[in-house]
Amino acid sequence: MGNHSDGSPNHSGTVATAGQNEVEKFQDPGIPPHRLRLADTDPKAAKRAERQVALLFGASVVGTLIFLVAYFAIDLGDDSSIATIRLQNALLGVGTAFAMLGIGTGIVHWAKALMPDHEVSEERHAVRIEEDRVAAVRIVDDIVEETGIKRRPLIRNTLLGAVALAPLPALAVFGDLGPRPDNTLSHTMWAPQEGKLKRLTRDPDGTPIKASDVTLGSAFHVIPEGLNELHEGKLNEKAKAVVLLMRLDPSSLNPSKGREDWSYNGIVAYSKICTHVGCPVALYEQQTHHLLCPCHQSTFDLTNECKVIFGPASRPLPQLPIAVDDEGYLVATSDFKEPVGPSYWERDEHERSINS
Amino acid sequence: MSAASTAEAPAFVAKTKTGRITDFVDQRVGGSGILREFGRKVFPDHWSFMFGEVALYSFVILLLSGTFLTFFFDPSMAETHYDGSYLPLKNVEMSVAYSSSLNISFDVRGGLFMRQVHHWAALLFVASIGVHMLRVFFTGAFRKPREMNWVVGGVLLILAMAAGFTGYSLPDDLLSGNGLRIIDGVIKAIPVVGTYISFFLFGGEFPGTAIIGRLYMLHILLVPALILLMIVLHLFMVVVHKHTQYPGPGRNDGNVVGYPLGPVYAAKAGGFFFIVFGVLALMAGFFTINPIWNYGPYDPSPVSAGTQPDWYIGFVDGALRLMPGVIGDFHFEYIIFGHVLTLNVLLPALVPAGIIFTVLFMYPWIERWITKDDREHHVLDRPRNAPTRTAIGVAGFTWYCVMWAAAGSDLIATHFHVSLNDVTYWLRTLFFIGPVIAFTVTKRVALALQRKDREIALHGRETGRIVRLPHGEFIEVHAPLDEYKHYKLVGFESPVPLPAVPNDHGIVTRKEKRRAWLSRWFFEDRVAPATPAELEAAHGHHAQPAVEAREESKSLSH
Ligand code: HEM
Ligand code: FES
Repeated sequence: MGNHSDGSPNHSGTVATAGQNEVEKFQDPGIPPHRLRLADTDPKAAKRAERQVALLFGASVVGTLIFLVAYFAIDLGDDSSIATIRLQNALLGVGTAFAMLGIGTGIVHWAKALMPDHEVSEERHAVRIEEDRVAAVRIVDDIVEETGIKRRPLIRNTLLGAVALAPLPALAVFGDLGPRPDNTLSHTMWAPQEGKLKRLTRDPDGTPIKASDVTLGSAFHVIPEGLNELHEGKLNEKAKAVVLLMRLDPSSLNPSKGREDWSYNGIVAYSKICTHVGCPVALYEQQTHHLLCPCHQSTFDLTNECKVIFGPASRPLPQLPIAVDDEGYLVATSDFKEPVGPSYWERDEHERSINS
Repeated sequence: MSAASTAEAPAFVAKTKTGRITDFVDQRVGGSGILREFGRKVFPDHWSFMFGEVALYSFVILLLSGTFLTFFFDPSMAETHYDGSYLPLKNVEMSVAYSSSLNISFDVRGGLFMRQVHHWAALLFVASIGVHMLRVFFTGAFRKPREMNWVVGGVLLILAMAAGFTGYSLPDDLLSGNGLRIIDGVIKAIPVVGTYISFFLFGGEFPGTAIIGRLYMLHILLVPALILLMIVLHLFMVVVHKHTQYPGPGRNDGNVVGYPLGPVYAAKAGGFFFIVFGVLALMAGFFTINPIWNYGPYDPSPVSAGTQPDWYIGFVDGALRLMPGVIGDFHFEYIIFGHVLTLNVLLPALVPAGIIFTVLFMYPWIERWITKDDREHHVLDRPRNAPTRTAIGVAGFTWYCVMWAAAGSDLIATHFHVSLNDVTYWLRTLFFIGPVIAFTVTKRVALALQRKDREIALHGRETGRIVRLPHGEFIEVHAPLDEYKHYKLVGFESPVPLPAVPNDHGIVTRKEKRRAWLSRWFFEDRVAPATPAELEAAHGHHAQPAVEAREESKSLSH
């Protein structure tokens, strides 16, 4: 009872760190005696295991045949339906699975039931032997000595300089991976072209939208006029120019100074590119007048110039100033007054140059 | 002269044709020596050692299925009109890359199967690497001499995620394009060089027409080659170190106990490859993964609610979601000297992943510094026998899981009918306190398990048999363990805190003090393994010969 340790934490009466107190430790009884399996003692059991293994290998052959039949017998003609493809896919899967699992389980069963399962012990050897270390050091010393690099600092220093500079071309050749960033990020297709204001058109068919089409509570996905006719860089332009158009009760909008004429009869247009990291902000909650980005749930308040009210975005969505042309179609009176989409290092600079 | 003497040695002449071919090769490459060295090398066996194998085999399957896909995939972003057999997309404008992925799915026989095998194998690849690393961590297998192999493993994890992400982006469907959009947004947030990197990566503005071709090269050449290189290094070191083994009778740091490579171990491991392949084939046959035809071609405009990235990207996406952009009137994006600093993107994108990987890479050295332990360890720790390490691991894992769960915050909200904002608030809280709770609970559980082990070692295992003693008391009969099982419960090391030691100048440095503090934090709560003396005492204490089935084994009775 004397030194009965209760094993509670902090009790260090029975320290058993390696090296010390070896006497206080239990002796290792050694590898447990080997137990024979049924198949080791009973030839019938061994025979049975043998047949099972062969059966599994046989199942693999069947699997291979299933695969081949599924591949050649099911024809994916021009009018193949999804159902045929699914059927073929499933059969190819079953075939391969049988073919592979048959071999795999067969071999493992063979190993477990029939191959000797004696655990054996092998000694470990040091990763490094002291003798080798001494020899290696001597060799390195000799090599260094023969180069004479220690005695000739001029050679050493010029070599270091050369080697340090040599990789620079390897970096420089990547210079043409892309153009230097210029102010393309701060312009979109909405900028009036030769004095002509761009119409707001429906995404994706490009038909123009009349102010009278936009009823209270409705929302439109909008692209600029002419986008669909672009041959080059269409996606690049679209990635900046997509807009959401909604009509609210004009009294619920609270435009700040200078923005009073950016809307028309309660119709407002906001960039659809999230100011967080650029997903399309495409969910409009009519009742609350919130816009929600599906990617990380940034929520913007339409009645407050799309101020962020929840989520990881930190900046309001840029507003597109709109008006109506003489035929009653909605047009953008200018480009966005700030760069759209995710922030970038030069963004503020760009914003200032737009507004100057 | 010497040439003559070798010629005089009685030459071995093989009798069969195969024998002659083998001998021919052997004389030129020295295969006999290799076989002699490795043919019977001993490998310890345990189910938890299979995760690394699963990773290796999924990589092989990725190489095979990926090579098939390259024969049909066209990484061009040129515009085309779809003309394949999937009717809903007929004539839709899309990139050649997307159209060729659709063709692989619908017009190449077995193409869909290969795509699905490839994608499932990719998910399994990253998952098995992750689980393998958890096994290595919780058993302390990263300790000397295996620290560098732990680092190689960490690099492999990063490369695997890179391989997965570059592959996920290739088909140029709506989801993969959206993923690239997010990456572009994150890259642009990098101070000073972000915009440059973005323009260089995409060859100009997002999305441009270069990115898929570039990712393709990374995906099928550079990243797999690096992975292969790392795998070779990894396995080379495994051979140099030999495998670790779980503690148990007959196993110590000087030996390795297990099965010889040939035949049992090789058969089991080789057979296992086919099993992994078979299981992946079943999944590919029956469970649709990444049905790109449902998503449509990439377009910066459409809605994509409820979509998820591949699982291994989830924790970064979740971190992005958890970060508030605005708190009250404080905006996490602000302007310094006319330049934009986007902390609401930078912090979540870089800091959690940065912390996880830094700690992961440094952990072997951290523990080594705290314990001042320079010995080689080939016998693993049972996780309960290293309570603080285990608790650290579970805390880190919990942190990861919170972020990962955050990537599905909208799904959690719709599934459990709760408000999305509340889910986010809860997860934000858990982000901070989750790891603390996990640490405390895990440590308590580990200590409790250790105490139970100790109890069993001293008093035997509960048999469930209740006996009434002559004087009326009821007790449960405890049966002693056999000496092998007993040794498993007592044969482990239980380090104690190492107090600060003065250096050569007799000074206890501040760093040393910090180390000592950490050492106390690490080891002050400990349950020492039972000792022979204690066993003796316990038996004397419970002198109930009628009940305690005494059957002391020889080695325990001294
Ligand atoms: C090293 C680990 C690898 C990982 C984790 C990986 C992962 C992926 C993933 C997730 C995809 C998207 C699949 C889909 O369409 O749903 C993919 C596509 C692809 N991968 Fe890999 N892959 C790896 C290696 C390779 C290799 C070595 C090759 C070729 C030699 C390859 C060739 C391809 C091709 C051609 C595609 C596009 C095909 C398509 O999407 O239809 N991959 N990869
Ligand atoms: S991209 Fe909109 S919330 Fe992240």
